[in-house]
Amino acid sequence: MGDVKISVKDLNLYYGDVQALKNNNIEIKDKRITALIGPSGCGKSTFLRTLNRMNDLIDSVKINGTVIIDGKDIYDSQVDVVQLRKRVGMVFQRPNPFPMSIYDNIAYGPRIHGTKKKSNLDEIVEKSLKAAALWDEAKNRLHKPALGLSGGQQQRLCIARLLAVEPEVLLMDEPTSALDPISTLKIEELISELKSMYTIIIVTHNMQQAARVSDYTAYFLNGDMIEFDETEIIFTKPLDQRTEDYITGRFG
Amino acid sequence: MMANTKLVQEKLGKGLLWVCAGITLAILFIILAYVVKQGLAAVNWDFLTEMPKRRGRLGGIYPTIISTVYLMLLSVAIATPVAVGAAIYLTEYTKDNWLTRLIRFGTESLAGIPSIIFGLFGYIFFVLYLDMGWSIISGALTLAIMILPILIRTTEESIKTVPISYREGSLALGATKWQTIQKVILPSAVPGIITGVILGMGRAVGETAAVMLTAGSALRIPETLFDNSRAMSVHLYLLSMEGVAIEKAYGTALVLIVFILFINLATYVLLSRFAKKVS
Repeated sequence: MGDVKISVKDLNLYYGDVQALKNNNIEIKDKRITALIGPSGCGKSTFLRTLNRMNDLIDSVKINGTVIIDGKDIYDSQVDVVQLRKRVGMVFQRPNPFPMSIYDNIAYGPRIHGTKKKSNLDEIVEKSLKAAALWDEAKNRLHKPALGLSGGQQQRLCIARLLAVEPEVLLMDEPTSALDPISTLKIEELISELKSMYTIIIVTHNMQQAARVSDYTAYFLNGDMIEFDETEIIFTKPLDQRTEDYITGRFG
Repeated sequence: MMANTKLVQEKLGKGLLWVCAGITLAILFIILAYVVKQGLAAVNWDFLTEMPKRRGRLGGIYPTIISTVYLMLLSVAIATPVAVGAAIYLTEYTKDNWLTRLIRFGTESLAGIPSIIFGLFGYIFFVLYLDMGWSIISGALTLAIMILPILIRTTEESIKTVPISYREGSLALGATKWQTIQKVILPSAVPGIITGVILGMGRAVGETAAVMLTAGSALRIPETLFDNSRAMSVHLYLLSMEGVAIEKAYGTALVLIVFILFINLATYVLLSRFAKKVS
């Protein structure tokens, strides 16, 4: 049992009058992979986005409850959202490299956070691409447009871009749903390798994926967090009937 | 039977659309061909590089080309930063409420105002009240106000087409809103902004009434921003309206058209190069 990195208490989220998250409670362990599963519209992506306050971008969203990361409530008015997002990074459903070169994509984060020296940036770019298992494919085309990469490579680039700002937590919102099986496998391997250094939370539609990569799994349904436990338990002897229905495919 | 009627309808519809497109092209071609035919006789190297004599009856149109270029560049240089700033503010920093709707309504209305009104305003405000006289600067400021709406509009549209995923990607890396706008949104919106600038340039180059009232009509090469000067469009108007020299008017018209064509072509080349660089 590792230490608790993120502790969510009585979290409620509303889009206008619609309640999207209902009284969620969860404790996420440091340097473990936690998977969030559940049917479409169950609130798992919304939940993920509360952890780096990406929901702030939507005007109609109202949130109550606490989200504590490293002992501090991230919804406290003192919190610097920009610093929070540097610590809690995010990978999106569709790869979203910027329309610039591979190098500039990776260097984007360090540059906005104040790294200017070319030798430092070179080092960060190489290190990040290696960590994201993209270095061999990208090293000879660093200054070519990132949009020229394949979908799977683009997603690994987005992960590299994220690693370049040295976050502590990686939020992954269905990172392989737009990718082919081989690219998916590469991303999954990558996620497993990153586990030793980062706390990873991954939203996925794919239950095999959750079973393959995660240590803990939470099952969401209609904004409720139905069950949260070690992945092995969730997939072999879940306590709640609804979880069992879902993982055995009887749901729907 | 049914299938037959549908087929006839299909053919009829397609034919009608073809005719519409054909008419448009034909009109454009006829105008161009006419101006080229009439103007070609007057245009040669001397026409482009010599001073006009006897109020334009003889000689070339050199100073009017220079004045036009000055007016065009200066008006765009003034209007673009303001328009881009306004567009960023409207799209990124405001919510949709009565105030932004009022501002948008205002800019739209500004676009529909006849240019002579801008001219009158420029004449009263810049020429007389601010005492800038008939000058390049008065003309350029008036033109800048005139092309603001179109620039704001095109910039806003191009900012809106920047995918939300770019913004999210940048913000999720811990970038501030301003960094995101500067480094991701604006560069992606550049092609659209350039398109707006070109449209604005086209409008500035072609504008007659407002320029005549503010920049003046002196036939000399402007040496400072406060010099009275005559743009090509004004020259064309005066040559033909006062019956000075109709063939010189056609010559000027041809130069004006080629000038605008050249600007558009240059932009097209620039934009496609830019597109190649990023994707």
